[in-house]
Amino acid sequence: MADDQNAIEFVDVHKWYGSFHVLRAVNLSVARGERIVVCGPSGSGKSTLIRCVNRLEQHQRGVIRVDGLELTADIRRIDEVRREVGMVFQQFNLFPHLTILENCTLAPIWVRKTPKRQAEELAMKLLTRVKIPEQAHKYPGQLSGGQQQRVAIARALCMNPKIMLFDEPTSALDPEMVKEVLDAMTALAQDGMTMIVVTHEMGFARQVADRVVFMDEGEIVEINAPAEFFGAPQHERTKLFLSQILR
Amino acid sequence: MPAPANSNAAYVRLAPEPILPPPLLSRGAIAWARANLFSSPLSGAITLALVALALSMLPPLIAWATTRAIWSAPDGALCRAHQDGACWAFVAQKLAYLSYGSYPVAERWRVDVVEAVGGALILWMLWPRAPRRGLGAALFFLIFPILAFVLLHGAEGLRLPQVDTLLWGGVFVSLLTALVGIVFSLPLGVLLALGRRSSLPIVRASSVVFIEFVRGVPFITVLYMANNMLPLFLPPGWVPDRFAPPLVGTALFSAAYMAEEVRGGLQSIDKGQYEGAMALGLGYWRLTGLVVLPQALTRVIPGVVNNFIGLFKDTTLVAIVGMTDFLAAMDNAFQDTVWSGPTILATGYVFAGLFYFVFCYAMSRYSAAMERRLAAGRGR
Repeated sequence: MADDQNAIEFVDVHKWYGSFHVLRAVNLSVARGERIVVCGPSGSGKSTLIRCVNRLEQHQRGVIRVDGLELTADIRRIDEVRREVGMVFQQFNLFPHLTILENCTLAPIWVRKTPKRQAEELAMKLLTRVKIPEQAHKYPGQLSGGQQQRVAIARALCMNPKIMLFDEPTSALDPEMVKEVLDAMTALAQDGMTMIVVTHEMGFARQVADRVVFMDEGEIVEINAPAEFFGAPQHERTKLFLSQILR
Repeated sequence: MPAPANSNAAYVRLAPEPILPPPLLSRGAIAWARANLFSSPLSGAITLALVALALSMLPPLIAWATTRAIWSAPDGALCRAHQDGACWAFVAQKLAYLSYGSYPVAERWRVDVVEAVGGALILWMLWPRAPRRGLGAALFFLIFPILAFVLLHGAEGLRLPQVDTLLWGGVFVSLLTALVGIVFSLPLGVLLALGRRSSLPIVRASSVVFIEFVRGVPFITVLYMANNMLPLFLPPGWVPDRFAPPLVGTALFSAAYMAEEVRGGLQSIDKGQYEGAMALGLGYWRLTGLVVLPQALTRVIPGVVNNFIGLFKDTTLVAIVGMTDFLAAMDNAFQDTVWSGPTILATGYVFAGLFYFVFCYAMSRYSAAMERRLAAGRGR
């Protein structure tokens, strides 16, 4: 089966918000270990696209397969997929009533049934990997945006996911904190994680992506390797978009 | 070379500006009084007028309650002779009745034990620095109800004679009603609030109907309905104890208000919290119990405690369906002709007011302390 090769498959996926056609005939296969950067103007459907992968949004037509499992209304199947897919949000979405360590161990303990001690060891290991082990006993509100986003990455990794989704992870950060988050993501990519990243950080796309997906008005306009994408964009809309963001 | 002061040339700092303490003028008692009591001629005049009013009213009141009061007397004669002071002797004389109602004198130790154990467990559970608070809570919610029932109601097997609820009365009935109401109304209210936000139409509709119906009806009506309708929901032949309907009525009535309070808290939780939890694979109940409710309930502490305080005072209404709560016991005590006199009512109601105030104020202070503690703990 082709599923064996692909971590994620979109086959002719459509989605509407009311009568607004937000995803139009999306076809995309993401191989295991592949790093995809999705970019495009705001409202182009790129966030909706990756939110369909863990069913934070439902598609209404077509097939989405994640790790060989087709996403349907079956809640058990959805939870199964969500256990394998980590997600990092623009607004971090850390749990403010829990310490950093508790944020990281909550899902492993309650969803994966990992013993507490073991979950904490793993959390500390991953917090060390994103370079903030000393913040483990603070609350999210006491951390800077960049630190919070790195916690969010560690929290997702604590579930030992096969796939990581990033939904504009640096868009809500002050400029001086963007690099520390991108560094953590780059390190993750170098370890072979399958990643889909929605971002405007073109430097990151150039450096890390295997392929860049450009979306506009709900459809995929161009998919290309970063060198070609930035060096010789094919579609007029891609050229226009690049000319607007690369100054 | 430092640039000349008025030049348009580039500026580079050569030495750091020192960090200074705030000026002394803005601190201290005199500065505070000037800012808060005498900020303008009008505000100064109001301050002085209010101080004068307090000075003219408080001393007579304090004298009425202390120096001119009758503290002990065998009957009402002395109180009738001294009508310018409170008759605490009446309260002292009736204290046992006000505490236990007509509970048999020989068995009153059972009420004392329940109150002492209950009080100790509540302290254990609510005191933030107490060790093993979870154990305290478990004992309170699982063991204490059984203990309280066996002791208060009686168990022939344990040589505890049965005491009919007809004889129950006074403080412990008020406290018990409030406790049962508080313990059941919060979880029920949480369930109703979740139900009202549920995506399942039947669950949502039943929650809405219950909340709107109970909220739309006076508490006294709910008590009457509970009294007359509870038997309809029981198997034939079962007759509920006369104390059961007011307890059920209190809990249900308060739950409806609690539900709306909690729903407000649920609505204030950002969508991102749900998404963050769902993305980690948490299902509905874990998402709700571990992520959403802890935050929502923290935010609605003031409103929930407000409801608790209202509930505590509403326990006085169970007298309407025949329970002798503390206030009803006080009213009964007034009927004693031995103590009849012009100062008895005032004394009795002041004492009753103090009783309710002490408990309500304690709840208010505790909730304020919890809010501060939670806010400080989370670095906000």
